[in-house]
Amino acid sequence: MNPPLLQVNGLKTYFNTPAGLSKAVDGVSFSLQPGETMAIVGESGSGKSITALSIMQLVPEPAGYIESGTISFDGQDLLDLTWEQMRSIRGRQISMIFQEPMTSLNPVFTIGYQIREAMLTHDKFKGESATSRARSLLERVGMPSPNKVLRQYPHELSGGMRQRVMIAIALANEPRLLLADEPTTALDVTIQAQILTLLRDLQRDTGMSMLLITHDLGIVSQVADKVAVMYAGQIVEQSPTNTLLSNPLHPYTQGLIASLPSRSRRGQELYTLEGVVPPPTRWPAGCRFHDRCSKRLQICDSQMPLATKYDDTRSVSCHLYPAQEMAGNQERLK
Amino acid sequence: MIPFKSLLTFSNLVPLLAIIIVLGGIKRSGRQPLWAEAYRRLGRNRAAIFSLAVIGIYCCIAVLDSITWKSNTLAQPESVITHLFHAMHVKSERTYSAPFAKMTTGEPHPHPLKGWHVLGTDGSGNDVLLQTLRGCRTSIIIGGFTSLLITPVAVLLGMLAGYFGHRVDDIIQYLYTTLGSVPGILLNIAFLLVLGPGLVNLCFALGITSWVDLCRLVRGETLKHRDREYVRAARALGVRDLRILVNHILPNILPVVIITVTLNFSSLVLSETILSYLGIGVPAGTGSWGNMIDAARLELARDPIIWWNLTAASTALFILVLALNVFSDALRDAVDPRLRSS
Amino acid sequence: MIGYLIRRLLYSIPILVGVCFLTFVLFYMTASPGEIARRNLSAKNPTAQQIKDWEHQHGYDKPKWKQFLDTTEGLFLLRLGRSDSVKGERVMTRIKESWFPSFEIAVLSFGAAITINLSLALVVAYFRGTYLDIYGTSLCVFMMSVTYLVYIIGGQFVFGRLLKLTPVAGFLPGWESLRFAFLPVVVAVISGMGASVRQFRTFMLDEMNQDYVRTARAKGVSEPQVLFKHVLKNAAIPVLTTSVQAIPGLFLGSILLESFFNIPGLGNYLVDAINSQDFAVVRAMVFIGALVTIVGYILTDISYALVDKRVRLE
Repeated sequence: MNPPLLQVNGLKTYFNTPAGLSKAVDGVSFSLQPGETMAIVGESGSGKSITALSIMQLVPEPAGYIESGTISFDGQDLLDLTWEQMRSIRGRQISMIFQEPMTSLNPVFTIGYQIREAMLTHDKFKGESATSRARSLLERVGMPSPNKVLRQYPHELSGGMRQRVMIAIALANEPRLLLADEPTTALDVTIQAQILTLLRDLQRDTGMSMLLITHDLGIVSQVADKVAVMYAGQIVEQSPTNTLLSNPLHPYTQGLIASLPSRSRRGQELYTLEGVVPPPTRWPAGCRFHDRCSKRLQICDSQMPLATKYDDTRSVSCHLYPAQEMAGNQERLK
Repeated sequence: MIPFKSLLTFSNLVPLLAIIIVLGGIKRSGRQPLWAEAYRRLGRNRAAIFSLAVIGIYCCIAVLDSITWKSNTLAQPESVITHLFHAMHVKSERTYSAPFAKMTTGEPHPHPLKGWHVLGTDGSGNDVLLQTLRGCRTSIIIGGFTSLLITPVAVLLGMLAGYFGHRVDDIIQYLYTTLGSVPGILLNIAFLLVLGPGLVNLCFALGITSWVDLCRLVRGETLKHRDREYVRAARALGVRDLRILVNHILPNILPVVIITVTLNFSSLVLSETILSYLGIGVPAGTGSWGNMIDAARLELARDPIIWWNLTAASTALFILVLALNVFSDALRDAVDPRLRSS
Repeated sequence: MIGYLIRRLLYSIPILVGVCFLTFVLFYMTASPGEIARRNLSAKNPTAQQIKDWEHQHGYDKPKWKQFLDTTEGLFLLRLGRSDSVKGERVMTRIKESWFPSFEIAVLSFGAAITINLSLALVVAYFRGTYLDIYGTSLCVFMMSVTYLVYIIGGQFVFGRLLKLTPVAGFLPGWESLRFAFLPVVVAVISGMGASVRQFRTFMLDEMNQDYVRTARAKGVSEPQVLFKHVLKNAAIPVLTTSVQAIPGLFLGSILLESFFNIPGLGNYLVDAINSQDFAVVRAMVFIGALVTIVGYILTDISYALVDKRVRLE
């Protein structure tokens, strides 16, 4: 197997809040191969966006900080880099697009300026070539009349168009990894599909890796090779996309999939997961899902389950799948 | 010693009534979750508690200075503070004297003083400490009474303009735009000339100019809330306009109003000094930091320099305004964390 | 844009009429023409006939509504008339004589204030959360709490008396005027500094929490570039608005400054006119003051639309 492009190990990102210490990301580990697309799925408040921001080291300061863990990108731990070294990676090696296309572009600069700025910052493309590349990028992301758009301001474009511009900015320096933080959440359903298809095509064409953050299990099958399900700051299950959808292991994943509307269960009442994600300042003891779990065991409210290999491609953190019955080894979460 | 009968006058009841109303209001508002939460946050803020204590001390001095009685039937009524100074044998001197000095200053042949004065005496021999303490009442009245005058007017007009729009809005906007187009200081001067000098009239004159900003703010806030879902829902249920305004919109804009009023309090206190300079401030005989600071312009040119008058008044003023500024900042942070300055 | 301007100018007509009416009413409540005449006639004990003549000469014998209409019409045509005082000079002549000191001080203090305050706010915002920021904002609150009078008296004492760097008060024409303008400008800048720096800092920090800042950082834009390009250009919108709004205030705020420093400008002229109850001068000056204010508001809106492309003037 190739060395992974991105390897996150035991990542913990905490926030100091008035309500106490918030452990938004609490021991997350995963890896991503070159050219692979992985989706991180979870409810709001599960820590999936903070995971992406941690990789970029754009966690809102001074409240938020990375407590421990390693983020190795191309064999180098990003957490060891200086701010200036990290800056040269952002936008060049790793790009990110955000959930809010309406506010993520600077309202007082033209689209052309904002795309060119991404290139000029890293000296990869200069002057006239930056402008022509900006034009071809806009064409590539499916913008009609790119010449006109270059001179326009963000408020003159619709949400979907702005997200296309954001994608163009992210792709400006041919990054090796794209972090897409809920790129379609704020958009209309029809636009969502277009943007997702665009992202998938771009990923295939450029061969970059992609980390897609979403709360929508329904969209991951279109795009992702594998999926990590996050709950309460931790990854509870990792699996190839098809396997996860057809044969989920963790009760939380099962609940998520059962609550998706599907043609095969037509006419039946939709399953609902009872309760809500607890606040990140007061995670429950033991398994963090235990009070919402329908298959709860005695051990669940006292002991935290460990991430365990279920088979070659899947791992799960749940007491229903004890380590000794499985062939795989066990790794303790820090 | 104190003739209790002469204590029971109308002017003595007013400050007591004011205190009861303020404390009662705070206590009642504490029952509402928004305010209870705000008070809790204020209580954790040490700077806020400290500045509140400072404001409290100033208010106490102001109240003590407002309660008066006659020591005998012929005398002028004098306040608690003045009686206290009499009791401590602080007497008037001939003219200036430095703090703790034994002789007067600024005379060709200095005279010995009758007593000692912590902050010295001014040109007519009055004790500067006493003058400074007497300035508290004036400042608190100018800030407090003016706020009391303008807040109901500004809130009422602003809410009417914002809620009903159209003709009502046009008229009210016209009213305050016109007033706002005349330089404020001119309006102050003109109204004081019309009303005549006096502390209460000064408050009215200051009120004429300072309600405009508050009214504009309330109008904007009402406009914002008028189109919110909860107001539409109330209207759809057939709730009458007056009820919507009082029960739904007013509680929502009240935090902003209170924050603005407290912020405005300090600028009212400061504007007293400017009007004093222009000769239309508080009439002579009423304690006033403005008059004291104004007098210092000439005193600094004397030899030796008379600095204590200026220092005492401006320090007293500075501490009060600083406490007010710190407190209103803390209040803003406590009531609406989204407005937090950092 | 043109349509907007025309509408705004038309709307300012009733406001100016209102201002004239307010001045008119207030003045008649303070003084009667007879009193004004007595004050301004050269004769020690004027006869009833002399007073009548004076009133006739200055148009105070007409019915009140006619007086109001005549004077308002004159003001709108910028025929400012003559002073009620003994000399009876033209108001326009006095304005031409005394606009320069006011203008000089206003322009200098406006320029100095916005440069200094914006730079300080940028520094404080860049070092947000550090001790520099905390001490800086505390200093701002301290400076806000000192009265204008103390700044003036202190400035005169320190610069004029102790250091003898500048004249304490007064004014001279030409280059010499800069020496006299220095102290008033310093006082104007310092007295407004605390509030402005704090306000500008808030504008900057508000912008720093916006999503586009995160986008810029994600692109790899350096921190100074984020602050000086992305944040500053956005914060320029509220900074500009508050600053342009201050222009009329600056012009008339000179009322105080000029009388404190005894500068023969428009503000001083106005205060003198009020003290001598020279109605003709007061109404002309108030009218011009209101005009400047209204033009200032319109300028605010235009500058707003120029910086922020999202704003359309309609």
